[in-house]
Amino acid sequence: MNTFFVYVDLFLGFLVLACLYRVVTGPTTIDRMIAVGAIGTKTLAILILIGFIFGRVEMFVDICTVYALLNFLGTLATTKFFEEKGKC
Amino acid sequence: MLTLGNTNLAANDICAIVLIVGGLFFFFTSTVGLLRFPDLYSRMHATGKGDTLAVLLIISGAIVHHGLNLNSAKLTLIALFVFIANPTATHAIGRAAYRCGIKPWRRKPEPSNSGEPKK
Repeated sequence: MNTFFVYVDLFLGFLVLACLYRVVTGPTTIDRMIAVGAIGTKTLAILILIGFIFGRVEMFVDICTVYALLNFLGTLATTKFFEEKGKC
Repeated sequence: MLTLGNTNLAANDICAIVLIVGGLFFFFTSTVGLLRFPDLYSRMHATGKGDTLAVLLIISGAIVHHGLNLNSAKLTLIALFVFIANPTATHAIGRAAYRCGIKPWRRKPEPSNSGEPKK
């Protein structure tokens, strides 16, 4: 079961690299924000499964809660910044 | 009890594997959508929904694997929060993009076969 989680995390890591391509080449800054948000949710999934691999689920579940909250707040803060006309 | 090589898988492990593979599939499709769609709004369309469902599936797979205890309760809270927060964040990004003056993508009107420009 553990090796299955390791392979799932590896696959999610490759997907994060694919999203990183969009972060680099995204024409507008809002594209980059979408890609960073996508990377954030993938990292959340990776963290939960790492908690199962290491066997310390209670620690990683708390880390994932904080990570999900901060990912959401970060996205809201950056959108508030980019809302004026012509800034993006 | 399914024995696969040296690991024997209980019923909840099999369900967890099925759910997590489903979550992986939706992560993959939303990533393909993020890379290949022509426009900012269509990319947002793909990742907003695809990632939310994928996280829900992976977290439910983790809950099924982990059984009934406090950590599973926290995992359901994370799933509930992501289920509410991710679309909201995507909406905020979309509104910011629209207010910033980015027009949605339009397919170029291809010339009709009789040759005169389409009205």
